[in-house]
Amino acid sequence: MTFVVNTDADRAEMLAAIGVQRIEDLFLDVPAAHRFPRLDLPPALTEAEVLADLRAMADRNADLEGNVSFLGAGAYHHFIPAVVDFVISRSEFYTSYTPYQPEVSQGTLQALFEYQTMIATLSGMEVSNASHYDGATSTAEGVNMALHLTRHKRTRIVMAPTVHPQYRAVVHTYLQGYDLEFVGEDLPPFDYLDALTELIDDNTACVVVQNPDFLGAIQSPARLQELADAVHAHKALFLVVANPISLGLLTPPGEYGADIYAGEGQATGNALSFGGPYLGLFACRMAHVRKSAGRIVGETVDVEGRRGFVLTLVAREQFIRREKASSNICTNQNLNALACAVYLTALGKQGLRQVAQSCTDNAHYLASRIQELPGYEVLNPGHFFHEFAVRCPEPVSAINDHLLHEKQIVGGYDLGQDYPELGDNVMLLCTTELNTPEQMDRLVDGLRERSEAHGA
Amino acid sequence: MALNINRPEPTLFEKSRPGRRGVRPPVHDVPQAPLPQEFLRQDLPLPELAERDVVSHYVRLSRKNYGVDLGFYPLGSCTMKYNPKINEVAARMRGFGDIHPLQPVETVQGALELMVRLQEMLGVISGFPSVTLQPAAGAQGELTGVLVIRKYLHDIGEGQRDIILIPDSAHGTNPATTAMAGLKAVEIQSDEDGNADLRSLQAALDRYPGRIAGLMITNPNTLGLFEAHIQEICQMIHDAGGLVYGDGANLNAIMGILRPADVGIDIMHFNLHKTFSTPHGGGGPGAGPVGCVEKLAPYLPGPIPQRQEDGSLDWAMPAKSIGRIRSFWGNFGVLVRAYTYIRMHGAQGLREVSENAVLNANYLMHHVKRTYPVPYGHRTCMHEFVAQGKLPDAPDVHALDIAKRLIDLDNAHPPTIYFPLIVPEALMIEPTETESKETLDQFVADLEQIAEEARTRPELLHEAPHNAPVRRLDEVRAARRPILSYIMELQQEG
Repeated sequence: MTFVVNTDADRAEMLAAIGVQRIEDLFLDVPAAHRFPRLDLPPALTEAEVLADLRAMADRNADLEGNVSFLGAGAYHHFIPAVVDFVISRSEFYTSYTPYQPEVSQGTLQALFEYQTMIATLSGMEVSNASHYDGATSTAEGVNMALHLTRHKRTRIVMAPTVHPQYRAVVHTYLQGYDLEFVGEDLPPFDYLDALTELIDDNTACVVVQNPDFLGAIQSPARLQELADAVHAHKALFLVVANPISLGLLTPPGEYGADIYAGEGQATGNALSFGGPYLGLFACRMAHVRKSAGRIVGETVDVEGRRGFVLTLVAREQFIRREKASSNICTNQNLNALACAVYLTALGKQGLRQVAQSCTDNAHYLASRIQELPGYEVLNPGHFFHEFAVRCPEPVSAINDHLLHEKQIVGGYDLGQDYPELGDNVMLLCTTELNTPEQMDRLVDGLRERSEAHGA
Repeated sequence: MALNINRPEPTLFEKSRPGRRGVRPPVHDVPQAPLPQEFLRQDLPLPELAERDVVSHYVRLSRKNYGVDLGFYPLGSCTMKYNPKINEVAARMRGFGDIHPLQPVETVQGALELMVRLQEMLGVISGFPSVTLQPAAGAQGELTGVLVIRKYLHDIGEGQRDIILIPDSAHGTNPATTAMAGLKAVEIQSDEDGNADLRSLQAALDRYPGRIAGLMITNPNTLGLFEAHIQEICQMIHDAGGLVYGDGANLNAIMGILRPADVGIDIMHFNLHKTFSTPHGGGGPGAGPVGCVEKLAPYLPGPIPQRQEDGSLDWAMPAKSIGRIRSFWGNFGVLVRAYTYIRMHGAQGLREVSENAVLNANYLMHHVKRTYPVPYGHRTCMHEFVAQGKLPDAPDVHALDIAKRLIDLDNAHPPTIYFPLIVPEALMIEPTETESKETLDQFVADLEQIAEEARTRPELLHEAPHNAPVRRLDEVRAARRPILSYIMELQQEG
């Protein structure tokens, strides 16, 4: 079926009005040899039939409502309050487009202004944009901005080995058109800050770290401020990637010298949805905002002096500046940013702190239980937030098979795929506020069964 | 009461009261984590609202927004068609919405199945043998395409090719993408019929021998016209050693009418939020999958899901890939919606979509050009057309005034204005196939009324809108004295 409204009678009347015999005659500009190809697509389905087809595929996936998960690594299984889906399902929000006509888009614009305020607050930065595609592209846009700010005269990018491996990959992809030198990614992942500091020179445009890092570790704000001072001594920019949930509890990047904040916003109110759509959080200093990329909402007044909101600083953007724009980005991830804003509002000051506290309390409980198990070792040498690395007595894939089939548990992330030096036996485990003590005990039982199988 | 949508809604921060609680998260009986005090933030100044207040705040804001579900939204170049509600049900199924992107591949075979089928169907529609679903939006699809072209040329020893030709009617994302990929954009003029000008193209090819990396072209172009010389253009670029990038923004005009690959396009993106009805979300999320010819396939970003010999599905990174373009696999929730839409239509349904989109646009153009200049109105348009908000007997009235007056009449969202740049006072109108003849007739009547008002009461247009939550907003002030958060508002007041 289609959603076309015209009837045959409508079509006949409209064709007559424009003086064309047949609808096919509207396409005479299309090369005749290639006009009206036969498309070998499956036959059309009714709504009921397509639902059955979708259901059959959806049922082949092990969803996290039916299974317990300890998988994180950049996408997190948090509770999403009912109000979030209620608000983003308002069709005034989800069937509108970019607020080019602000007078009929004040809902989207005010919600984004409030989103920007909350992201700036949460990250401790001066100004947030209206979002990027995801955490990875937000990071890449941040590095790109640092290259612009240093006038493309500097060619060194220093990245910590514990910035999310996929974010680092995207930074490389985005910047492959430029002749740049990337350093730092091969440093040892549990001890890199001193060595990273050594790599900063006067040719460095940007230094990128993640805190809590990909292995869950938290660095002390004082130590990160020292790093920021070293970055600034070389007139480079300091970019910090951070999970927004962690910022409910931890010192924000703006308080230890970050020039640019980037983060994945999925954890705040967005479904896991197999990796997208998510949103990239992005915030920076006011002094740099005119070199930043992406949509920004500003407050102004109308001709009667009433407060209103508009897209602003558009002179940076591709539709005005074309090849001189700071980026090619067009839209933001508006509906995901709205979900994030509703989530932060619904939980509020106390609720977000509780979520963060609960995540980290659970992780510490789980880590202490695992540390007691023969054959297992928690590898994080210092403090961690809601993820930590564990050396197991056998390959991660074997452990995960056992957990899934015997305990209905989706196990941890296999770190060997990104850090070959760790071998095949190191997994990254994650807890959120959704993991109950019973679930964690079930995981510990499952792990113990594997070490017993190995006679440890 | 709050029935009046024009009543100002205070910000969340003004509604916040200390100690008020919204949703309470689960808290478990485990010991508190031993994190040092100096790691913790002192203050977390987020708003404090009860759930009831959160809901009324956002419901009131939503009513200050115009969406497709309220009515006609002929925003040119954006394909604001109706978004079937079944799409939303599909994307929210547990087995799609509640799966983690890094789960073991054997636990997400259904998700990979959907992706592989969507890749295949987009390939059939466009004629390209390979498709990646990873790009998050059209602009990111463009970046993908240009990086693929660049890397391919490097690999065959043509790395000196550094120029991308772009018609002057193109979206701003085309030249911005070119610069982002480290290449140079060179503009091609349009001819008197609105096509890319072959003389201008030939001149550019002659001026930069051995340096042409490719051409980015939108077809139908942003004037809403089918590029009459598309095959010749592609041939000229290929003869000069370059590749042709197709901007798929306007695919809604040609599904089942023409496969872009058949006329010589080498690589193009799809805008799933436009052509395939996944909602626009107020400005994203979209998705910008990219399809390409066989020789470019090894360069696509990945990993890409593929069928294995045993019938199972697994990820594979193309051999010479430009790398990942975003995290994980793409905007999966958007892919589910697009899959649903294509399956409900089938080949015949998609052709009907394009035929009716083009019929509606021509019908509308036929009537609008009686009152407003339509620079290329002598041609048949495709799914959209560009008129001018420039009336001979109302010289002080501009496209902006007409757009704002349309808001007052409350029957339609204004069209895209001041784009494409090559048409002064552009009104870019795209009705889509999901609007009725009555809606189109009403829009024509509104535009005729506005033309009459422009002659007789121009101040009505200059001061419009009169009937909206806010009147005309001071955009210059917003940019000169930026207030980008509520905190900055307080600072400016203080």
